[in-house]
Amino acid sequence: MSRRPEPAQDQDPVREHLSPARALEIDPLIEDPATRIVVCCGSGGVGKTTTAAALGLRAAERGRKVVVLTIDPARRLAQSMGIDTLDNTPRRVKGIDDSAGGELHAMMLDMKRTFDEIVEAHADPERAAAILGNPFYQSLSAGFAGTQEYMAMEKLGQLRSRDEWDLIVVDTPPSRSALDFLDAPKRLGSFLDGKLIRVLLAPAKVGGRAGMKFLNVGMSMMTGALGKVLGGQLLRDVQTFVAAMDSMFGGFRTRADATYKLLQAPGTAFLVVAAPERDALREAAYFVERLAAEDMPLAGLVLNRVHGSGAGRLSAERALAAAENLEESRIVDQPDGKAGLRNSPDTYGSSESPARNVTDGGSPATEDAGDAAPEDEPTTADGGRSVERLTAGLLRLHAERMQLLERERRTRDRFTALHPEVAMAEVAALPGDVHDLAGLRDIGERLAAGRAELSGTP
Amino acid sequence: MSGKGGTGKTTVAAALALALADEGKRTLLVEVEGRQGIAQLFETQALPYEERKIAVAPGGGEVYALAIDPELALLDYLQMFYKLGSAGRALRKLGAIDFATTIAPGVRDVLLTGKACEAVRRKDRGGRFVYDYVVMDAPPTGRITRFLNVNDEVAGLAKIGPIHNQAQAVMRVLKSPETAVHLVTLLEEMPVQETADGIAELRAARLPVGRVIVNMVRPQVLDAADLELVGSVPRSAVARSLSSTGLGGARRGGHAERLVEPLLAQAEEYAERYALETEQRAVLAELGVPLHELPLMAEGMDLAGLYALARNLRGQGVS
Repeated sequence: MSRRPEPAQDQDPVREHLSPARALEIDPLIEDPATRIVVCCGSGGVGKTTTAAALGLRAAERGRKVVVLTIDPARRLAQSMGIDTLDNTPRRVKGIDDSAGGELHAMMLDMKRTFDEIVEAHADPERAAAILGNPFYQSLSAGFAGTQEYMAMEKLGQLRSRDEWDLIVVDTPPSRSALDFLDAPKRLGSFLDGKLIRVLLAPAKVGGRAGMKFLNVGMSMMTGALGKVLGGQLLRDVQTFVAAMDSMFGGFRTRADATYKLLQAPGTAFLVVAAPERDALREAAYFVERLAAEDMPLAGLVLNRVHGSGAGRLSAERALAAAENLEESRIVDQPDGKAGLRNSPDTYGSSESPARNVTDGGSPATEDAGDAAPEDEPTTADGGRSVERLTAGLLRLHAERMQLLERERRTRDRFTALHPEVAMAEVAALPGDVHDLAGLRDIGERLAAGRAELSGTP
Repeated sequence: MSGKGGTGKTTVAAALALALADEGKRTLLVEVEGRQGIAQLFETQALPYEERKIAVAPGGGEVYALAIDPELALLDYLQMFYKLGSAGRALRKLGAIDFATTIAPGVRDVLLTGKACEAVRRKDRGGRFVYDYVVMDAPPTGRITRFLNVNDEVAGLAKIGPIHNQAQAVMRVLKSPETAVHLVTLLEEMPVQETADGIAELRAARLPVGRVIVNMVRPQVLDAADLELVGSVPRSAVARSLSSTGLGGARRGGHAERLVEPLLAQAEEYAERYALETEQRAVLAELGVPLHELPLMAEGMDLAGLYALARNLRGQGVS
């Protein structure tokens, strides 16, 4: 599906389109004192957390006082930042370069604790204890749909109102869909503040306004039906919970609204994080549209894990042909003609056969060749053979890289064609995972450079 | 079928459904997260909340698909048990359905697993199971145990009532030997770590762990001997070798000579990745779960690729 044949000339004009004007400039963004919040969003598995942490580190080392709010960091990354214990308060990260006067703090979100804190802050101790001990509350706060998103936004609001930091960088939860994190605060807010809650409270409050009479019929039917479905005891738990929380409901709605407004404010910048893969970019396009619809300020797209090559002028086809050439000359040299063990070159890249069965099934043959060959080429036979073998491997590796590059470019160009207005920074792929400050610093540099022309020698 | 986000669990679930539909068997592929990933994969229109045939497997087997909508499932369920009629509509108006399916503890998950379990147990008039296999594209590894186990929790919360009974019935199916929770991973640190954690959680909850499927495995291009040579090989020898196949001059500044460094740099990256992958394979091997590998579809996933993966799974005896 991604490989619909397109006319070759189609691609170059699109690429020309990628003028530097739409390059996303990271440094001006994070250095600008007016930027107070950066939200990194995107689908799961595209390096959102790493991007958020790298941005935070870079901003701190450029003199800003930064806090990074992460949701679910890789264990080793969290350890290296000293935030692997969940205590729900920002910890200062040691080991950064603070010569510019900046600071880096980081924290990992503890959903339940955040919820508990809201309750404790807004109810008297007795009532708070009743809420915290309610089984319905315990399930709700421990992570049903939407709670994590809501609590992330709640925490963001808290951090912002403490006003201790110049810049807050937020990682967003790995939502089921792009919609969740924008919707959830509203949804939970309106649930906790909504009609249904009134209905559930109704038995305690019946006999209020006369105009409610008609509704009350519906209500008793409702609670009756809910009771049937959920079981009376659960319904009672919910009712007790709701009654205890009653005083806080208005607060929830207000807070959800305030956070929402905070996100729309000029000091906030959204970064959509993606990888140059079809699904990730499709999701990214969705985010871009959604953010625009909600009037959220989008700064641009961070395209992670983009590959490059230092030998970009050698095409995949050319490299493959050369590799085959080298391998064929070796086959000819083999006295006992074990070439049959080798895959025929044209199966390369097919799903069923690894590119070189030579290395699995065929290696004895190669050794045979090495043993048998010296008579033919006494001087460099052994070394020469293995160098040729290696060179062929290098060429195949290069061909694979070039094909990947081409695919990534096509995917990216498709996105750019659909959303030419979105500024983009490309981050060159690293061969391994990032789990220390040095790695984050490296990512930060790549982010700021914004172009993944060369991956290759680190 | 679960897995960390981005590992391709929907793809692997679909491939498994195809693989299991071999030889006239019928499988149902269930989607619970409302992403319409199955429809995209099979290149069809968005799936409604109804079982429909989406593919015919080689050998005449059939794959049906169902995207469960929790809201409709709840109404369905209410209708089935209470003949609610207009009360159902009233519930909906008041936002009760929304409440019950998104916020109420676990009801949503109970409905999703409940619907899948109903399909598992459903029989035709002749008393034969309607579906030979039901494959669920489940929530990601981080949430899977909670998702499956929520029935236990709900059974505890709602101590009586139909939800309680339903929750218990679902748990019986899920914990039976007829169920297996497969986990999809990549050969990368985070997904492997999550897989290990997921398995530990599943085991602690006494849910049956099936297999681990390593997805998107890249072909081996250079072997250990090649990689050793990368560090020691004389640059000039590689240049000569490149030159011999017509890639330009081997002398300093020649075309072939200028290719050597970038190519070796790529090989070093490959070596680094290779070492990481070897490390992750070792971690996976210690989990005590059958491992399977599926190759990276370099051209991106499409229908042909899906059938190829299904063949591959069948070849590995996963079905």
